[in-house]
Amino acid sequence: MEHSVVLTMRGISMTFPGVKALDNVDLTLYKGEIHALMGENGAGKSTLIKCLTGINNFEAGEIHLEGIDGPIRNHSTLDAQKKGISTVYQEVNLCPNLSVAENLYIGREPLTKFHTIDRKAMVAGAKRIMADLDFDIDVTQNLENYSLALQQMIAIARAVDMDCKVLILDEPTSSLDDNEVEKLFTLMRKLRDQGVSIVFVTHFLEQVYAVCDRITVLRNGQLVGEYPIAELPRVKLVAAMMGKDFDDLAAIKPEGEVDLSGAEMMIDAKGLSHKGTIKPFDLEIRKGEVVGLTGLLGSGRSELARAIYGADKAQTGTLKVKGQEVKINAPIDAMNQGMGLLPDDRKAEGIIADLSVRENIILALQAKRGMGHLLSHAEQEELADKYIEMLQIKTASKETLIKQLSGGNQQKVILARWLATDPDFLILDEPTRGIDVGTKTEIQKLVIQLAQEGKSLIFISSEVEEMLRTCNRLAVLRDGEKVGELDGELTQERVMAAIAGGGDSE
Amino acid sequence: MSKVRKLTQMKLFLPICCMILVMLINVISDVAQGNGAFNFFSISINNGLLYGRIIDILNRGSEVAILAIGMTLVVSVSAGTDISVGSVMSLSACFCCMLLAGYGVSSTNEFAMPLIVGVIGCLAMGALCGAFNGTLVAYLNVQPMVATLILYSAARAIGLLLCNNLIVYVRVSSDFTNGFFVGYDIFGSYIGPVPTPIIITAVCVLVMTLVLKKTALGLSVQSVGINRKASRIAGLNSQRLILLCYIICGLCAGIAGLVASSRITSADSNNIGLNYEMDAILAVALGGNSLGGGKFNLAGSIIGAYTIQAITTTMYNMGVSTSQAPVFKAIIVILIVVIQAPPFKAFMASRKAKRDLKRAAKEAASV
Repeated sequence: MEHSVVLTMRGISMTFPGVKALDNVDLTLYKGEIHALMGENGAGKSTLIKCLTGINNFEAGEIHLEGIDGPIRNHSTLDAQKKGISTVYQEVNLCPNLSVAENLYIGREPLTKFHTIDRKAMVAGAKRIMADLDFDIDVTQNLENYSLALQQMIAIARAVDMDCKVLILDEPTSSLDDNEVEKLFTLMRKLRDQGVSIVFVTHFLEQVYAVCDRITVLRNGQLVGEYPIAELPRVKLVAAMMGKDFDDLAAIKPEGEVDLSGAEMMIDAKGLSHKGTIKPFDLEIRKGEVVGLTGLLGSGRSELARAIYGADKAQTGTLKVKGQEVKINAPIDAMNQGMGLLPDDRKAEGIIADLSVRENIILALQAKRGMGHLLSHAEQEELADKYIEMLQIKTASKETLIKQLSGGNQQKVILARWLATDPDFLILDEPTRGIDVGTKTEIQKLVIQLAQEGKSLIFISSEVEEMLRTCNRLAVLRDGEKVGELDGELTQERVMAAIAGGGDSE
Repeated sequence: MSKVRKLTQMKLFLPICCMILVMLINVISDVAQGNGAFNFFSISINNGLLYGRIIDILNRGSEVAILAIGMTLVVSVSAGTDISVGSVMSLSACFCCMLLAGYGVSSTNEFAMPLIVGVIGCLAMGALCGAFNGTLVAYLNVQPMVATLILYSAARAIGLLLCNNLIVYVRVSSDFTNGFFVGYDIFGSYIGPVPTPIIITAVCVLVMTLVLKKTALGLSVQSVGINRKASRIAGLNSQRLILLCYIICGLCAGIAGLVASSRITSADSNNIGLNYEMDAILAVALGGNSLGGGKFNLAGSIIGAYTIQAITTTMYNMGVSTSQAPVFKAIIVILIVVIQAPPFKAFMASRKAKRDLKRAAKEAASV
């Protein structure tokens, strides 16, 4: 493989209001390689790609493309396509009700001398394109008649046929099954051998090792490093993505091991599952226990919690709460069993933006009491005052709209909403995401305090350290499946090895 | 200064301003016509009945005001509108008159059934239609506009079926001079000196206000309207709430249908409640409520309903012909809607800021 550089991005920086999305990031792409771009959500992968394809307007840095003198700057995807940079997204951006041939030639149809579309030439051309890629399909059929995987390949074929030097695949495999993924990989390897450079964005570790040559890792908008695949084993990749220097991992001892094996069983789930999000799992949680769910984003840790709570109704299995088998059809059923869920997407599923802090705090308790039993205004104000004081919520008044608060304070309000219902079992999904360090510590302390009061908790966090500090036990998830549990002495090393799984697992 | 600002930031400030605007137009036109400047506000008692333009507006605006109560809830909870209310008014009225006159009878001078059966039947029919709409919207996720379009077009036809394609007259008049007899005209005429529709509207508004004050309906409806997903996680049954709001809206349509039909002591399927759904939606919008759902203000909607009626009455009073009235109505509605539009408010605010800046600069220069 000749090592000529096709694309270099140097010192790319970009700011969104209030956030540094990219800070001095580099990316180098060689001719004929498959390059993985890795990082957790919010690391800046998509932002970097959008800078390249002209959707985002970056503030500093340069992009150089082989064959073009001087730095380039794309102003639109079309602009990028003309220079040979094509992108295929997770959702196929083609027209399902047009034929494969029409889709391949949309926007650049061959014309006859009368300036009408030359259908014969189009079909012949489409056949040639597909044959080049070893696909034997009827190009006159509508796109929707083919599987999602094939549609994706057609999208790729279209991109490649437009003189593409750099092909960006943004999470192409999320909706494909194993067989289809393998087909896609075959196509990717074929294109690589033809000299196309591919940037592959994915969350699936296995796939990176199956097909990629080199990896660039981003974290919090910054470049962590660029590694040949052989030099970055799975565990180190996870460590790089999560921001832990693997060699310096200091084991944090759980302070005073508590024996909870005799405690009353709070939650006993057997074979719960929700189609498409979480495969059947068993989970036991005792009174006063904090169980952490760990795994990469998209591994099913939120989905597991949601299946217990009824946010996504479990389709199989049984759930016992305090020894009693219960049927949970909707969140209100779970709440009546003493559960609460602080969802990870605060904006979409947490706050009621246009209601006041007071109304947001009392909402769950009010729902639990039923519509006819309105909390009196005095009771509402008392509750609001109590939790604003207790959680140190920074708000102008209890009648301020919650949307006017900062993220951390919004989170505290949602936390107050659940504390007000006096739950026995509380699920906290990413309670510390996007909030400042001080608040993070307060929330962790609160978790430990609640456990000491005899409440059970599920704690989900992307930050392993937080989980080590708060959890008695960890359940590990990978690709929508609970793959194991860790108890005893928890160390970052063990956790990351478990998350990475595969050959490096214990 | 801060007092003025507080006043202008009140939720009802703009709806009330619009009302005052319409009243002002009345005063000006009265003066122009050489009448007394405050003719509009004068109330007198003729033959033991209240009389005056204000009373007329309150009386004639009753149906839209009642509809606006239900419409406000529907808009808030589902970010959609119920366009079937006019047709449901008609269907409920037809059902009521059919019960009271007997099937196939086109005109009657005595009740075939007790009046109360007709009234309950009328309200039940309204609620049933509301339940149908609500089920489609809440449980089958049909868009509100499409779901209610079904009854919008079908309800009048069903009403005609119930009435055997006739206009059913229930010519049973109340008689309070010789004994105490309540006839079908009671809901559209007078109780004592006060027009009954005004009393019915007042009762409806009062009941709804009490429900909103004493239960968590208001909080729940707004919460679901603002963020359905989050409300579900917080334990609200959003589907049942949406259904409930549509049932209330249908019930309101039933009440309005009863009033409209009682006014003419008949069930005219093709004309009762014609285009009332649009007035009801407009009332909600004029009341400063977002048609995008979420927060609502019942008082605003009621004021909006009476504003619409005030515009209509003003038009007639100014001698605008019936065929041209909609044009002037449209002009006033455009004015009101523009005044309340956020971009217009932002524009006015920025102009004011610029003026203040200029004045400050001038003052600084003079010092």
